[in-house]
Amino acid sequence: MYGFEAMTFNIHGGYLEAIVRGHRAGLLTAADYNNLCQCETLDDIKMHLSATEYGPYLQNEPSPLHTTTIVEKCTLKLVDEYKHMLCQATEPLSTFLEYITYGHMIDNVVLIVTGTLHERDVQELLEKCHPLGMFDSIATLAVAQNMRELYRLVLVDTPLAPYFSECITSEDLDDMNIEIMRNTLYKAYLEDFYKFCQKLGGATAEIMSDLLAFEADRRAVNITINSIGTELTRDDRRKLYSNFGLLYPYGHEELAVCEDIDQVRAAMEKYPPYQSIFSRLSYGESQMLDKAFYEEEVKRLCLAFEQQFHYGVFFAYMRLREQEIRNLMWISECVAQNQKSRVHDSVVFIF
Amino acid sequence: MEKFIDNLSPMDLMRSEKMSLVQLIIPVESAHRAVSYLGELGLLQFRDLNAEKSPFQRTFVNQVKRCGEMSRKLRFFKDQIIKAGLLSSIHPVVEPDVELEELEMQLAEHEHELIEMNSNSEKLRQTYNELLEFKMVLLKAGSFLVSNNNQAVAKERELSENVYSSDRYVEASSLLEQQMRTADQSGLRFISGIIFQSKALRFERMLFRATRGNMLFNQAPADEEIMDPLSAEMVKKTVFVVFFSGEQARTKILKICEAFGANCYPVPEDFSKQRQITREILSRLSELETTLDAGIRHQNKALTSIGYHLTQWMSMIRREKAVYDTLNMLNFDVTKKCLVGEGWCPVFAKAKVQEALQRATFDSNSQVGSIFHVMDAVESPPTYFRTNHFTNAYQEIVDAYGIARYQEANPAVYTVVTFPFLFAVMFGDWGHGICLLLGAVVLIARESRLSTQACVRAYHKLGSFMAMLFEGRYVLLLMSLFSIYCGLIYNEFFSVPFHIFGGSAYKCRDATCSDAHSAGLIKFRDPYPFGVDPSWRGSRSELPFLNSLKMKMSILLGVAQMNLGIILSYFNARFFHSSLDTRYQFVPQLIFLNSLFGYLSLLIIIKWCTGSQADLYHVMIYMFLSPTDDLGENELFWGQRPLQIVLLLLALVAVPWMLFPKPFILKKLHSERFQGRNYGMLVSSEFDPDVEPDSARQHHEEFNFSEVFVHQMIHSIEFVLGAVSNTASYLRLWALSLAHSELSTVFYEKILLLAWGYDNVVIRLIGLAVFAFATAFILLMMETLSAFLHALRLHWVEFQNKFYHGDGYKFKPFSFALIAEDDD
Repeated sequence: MYGFEAMTFNIHGGYLEAIVRGHRAGLLTAADYNNLCQCETLDDIKMHLSATEYGPYLQNEPSPLHTTTIVEKCTLKLVDEYKHMLCQATEPLSTFLEYITYGHMIDNVVLIVTGTLHERDVQELLEKCHPLGMFDSIATLAVAQNMRELYRLVLVDTPLAPYFSECITSEDLDDMNIEIMRNTLYKAYLEDFYKFCQKLGGATAEIMSDLLAFEADRRAVNITINSIGTELTRDDRRKLYSNFGLLYPYGHEELAVCEDIDQVRAAMEKYPPYQSIFSRLSYGESQMLDKAFYEEEVKRLCLAFEQQFHYGVFFAYMRLREQEIRNLMWISECVAQNQKSRVHDSVVFIF
Repeated sequence: MEKFIDNLSPMDLMRSEKMSLVQLIIPVESAHRAVSYLGELGLLQFRDLNAEKSPFQRTFVNQVKRCGEMSRKLRFFKDQIIKAGLLSSIHPVVEPDVELEELEMQLAEHEHELIEMNSNSEKLRQTYNELLEFKMVLLKAGSFLVSNNNQAVAKERELSENVYSSDRYVEASSLLEQQMRTADQSGLRFISGIIFQSKALRFERMLFRATRGNMLFNQAPADEEIMDPLSAEMVKKTVFVVFFSGEQARTKILKICEAFGANCYPVPEDFSKQRQITREILSRLSELETTLDAGIRHQNKALTSIGYHLTQWMSMIRREKAVYDTLNMLNFDVTKKCLVGEGWCPVFAKAKVQEALQRATFDSNSQVGSIFHVMDAVESPPTYFRTNHFTNAYQEIVDAYGIARYQEANPAVYTVVTFPFLFAVMFGDWGHGICLLLGAVVLIARESRLSTQACVRAYHKLGSFMAMLFEGRYVLLLMSLFSIYCGLIYNEFFSVPFHIFGGSAYKCRDATCSDAHSAGLIKFRDPYPFGVDPSWRGSRSELPFLNSLKMKMSILLGVAQMNLGIILSYFNARFFHSSLDTRYQFVPQLIFLNSLFGYLSLLIIIKWCTGSQADLYHVMIYMFLSPTDDLGENELFWGQRPLQIVLLLLALVAVPWMLFPKPFILKKLHSERFQGRNYGMLVSSEFDPDVEPDSARQHHEEFNFSEVFVHQMIHSIEFVLGAVSNTASYLRLWALSLAHSELSTVFYEKILLLAWGYDNVVIRLIGLAVFAFATAFILLMMETLSAFLHALRLHWVEFQNKFYHGDGYKFKPFSFALIAEDDD
């Protein structure tokens, strides 16, 4: 019932919305990032973070720190918060929260499958997986030889199973296949999430459709740019685009036939929201595109907090934390490798 | 009058301690010692002079980091000690403090030792676990194989090829290799192993899917629990045997086993071999057990020796860290040889601080002494009350509303008596009061035992409720004493009246006493000497009588307390030399309140003294509606009508009086001051020191007339409306006391007396139990809480809004004692 969420939302969602807004207040601010960027060693970073909400997670780490430890502990905090919220959530919020992790699940599946293809150790791969995207039998993925087995053995038990219907082939797995599988899965996932949000209705649908449309469009652009110069046919490329978003359907037609980055740019500049992103880039450049997209995404995610009584805040919070962890990773890498001049290249300030 | 007030000796708690802003210049070599001495003294609040610097840009960041590292190690030791279950053996041992560097080395050594021991024992534990698992697999899987043998003899030959060579059974990988040897033969084979019980079901399903159902899965729960090395918890495991055929299935199954973390162990087919291996394993197990035990004993010894010092080390590191954190707040002077610090310090403690600084200079053999001098302060100093066990709880009650502004009148002085008394007015029952008194006395008697660190911590665990009760034990004591007093006045003991102070003044009209509850009694002697006559109990006019008594009493108490608040505002104005507030706020407020409600109180007292039948509602209402009318039968004393007209006029005059003059005078003062500044700075510099610190700040502020006026308007309206609503609010005293006595009457009459009416021991006992529970939980706990809350409200709102600003900030000295409390 659009516009009447205020009457009933707080019965089930009020507590968690308060929690998530409290968590949001703990996100690092521009002042924190400025201080972090001035750090000389990883110990300085730890010391600075100990004054923030990350403090309890880092305080028991012995002194020669590694970037991975910092990132791991920061992620652990996010996971703890997520699990706490999931425990408290009731339907349909719990389903919504679970949807947020499916993206990581897809990434983990792809990571394990690619890793086994290149004969890496499973335990090592498992450590690299994002903890939010873990499921019980993830280690058994290594057993599978082709897509069909992958589905039949492992994924049929996971929530990803329905998304697999389009990519069950008996072909052996190779890099190209896996990448196509990832994008097909992602497409199905985004569409499903989009439908779910539409079903929820109200402010949730309104805000989430905007955020998910942006996500879908960004993926479309990335797929296009990454597939330029590969053997992927236009039709195949067209098939990987999600069937919603600002670009759907006419933008997709144009993107499908793009042959270089400037054509992508020409296609995208017809859409005002993306024009501002592309206008900041010089011609022929695609390096900074990621950062530009991240900045735009952060802006949109922050806006989700401006409205009340909707689930978009949970999605936005998780995404913002992930961005923050990416920032921390970049800063600590720069500090660890003495590349402080490049610190600002990839850090996206959240506030 | 003025002189009389001046000659009053100052009350201890009335004004917060005089503070002064002091500057310390300490030579670098004695700085650490000086700061730690000051920490022991705990009477100086340092100001952060490096607020703009981030933590790692400060001077002593390395020392802070080292302390952080050391406390991490100490936490690690503590974890280890708790894990080993040795916590009870920790006794704090007082030893001379070791040097920080020395301690750092010691800690590093201990940590190294512990980590090594842990890794050793972990390795041993792993081997031990493997052997234990192998033993269980042998036992369980052996029995499967036996039963299989009986069923299918044909399989036996192939199974027996699962040869086992006894010298390689320790390493799991070699076991697998050894199984490979038999792998190239086709036919039915098996893999046996052990898996977490929680994973067994999914494991089986996965095996089924992977082999398309071409396998046989047997499982049996292991008899013993095995320690999980990661979480150090005992977990249940399940032994399984999978029968399958084909080479591909084998690799798949092995991969799945690996993925599920299942450990595979080969089981020889032959009985004699099985027995032989089992024997060997058992002997190795017992060997390992002794080694493990020895290791654990060694580790425990090391941990115990650490445990002896742990508490001391922890407090020492905590102190060191606090000292360096404080040093980080200080500035270097230009020569880089001295540290400059600023801080607040109570005036009485100046000598002590100086003494501590001198001691530090002397102890560290410094050539130069520290310099200590007082500075002028622009900002308002912190508020510091020296409280003791008894007054602390009352000060907390006031502080919970807001910390007093520097040196303003402290309501806690009066709260000590008024708070428990107002509580008791609502909770008047001397039976319940005695129960509360017992509780308070128990808490106070065990004070010394309970207030030691360990018990406080235990209490915190027990729940904040008990801790709160303990903190407020003296409040509880006074509350219970006053409850007994009020209970005696109300003459209620668990709602039952007693003839304590002699006989009742009333008696029945005739001997049968048949109409005692209808037609009433007759008075035959002097009134009951103390409190309410017990004969009122159960009479027809009991409620009207008690209501009238309690209602009037509430108003008297309320008017008295509000007047006290207004008078305190006068003392504040006097103290801060603000004659403006006296003239245009205190005087009209006093007149307004007393001309309306003070007059009402007067009427109540006259009515009580004369026994007049006048209707006070009527008097008060018609005082406003038609002040000139004749009062008729409601006249209580001669000259009442002209007095009422005068009072009404006074009240009407008081409203504009408190509203208009103050902002206009402020404006005039401001414009004068502004003009005065043009002539020269001399005037203002003379002017400044004796003005209160608050107005000193206003000098720099822009004077905004409309804002001041609106502010004054809000205050006046609030006061005028508040005079009515606050007086009405005091009626809660009556309401709650009524509710309390009615509730206890109900419990007494409807439960206890009803049950007593039956001539049955069981029913009587049940009735007694229900009565006891209702009394304990509803009357003693919930009613206490609600009366407490209402008393709190009366103090915070009705009393304190007359004079209390409560916008100060608390004095937080740098003190080791406080740090220790915080950490616990």
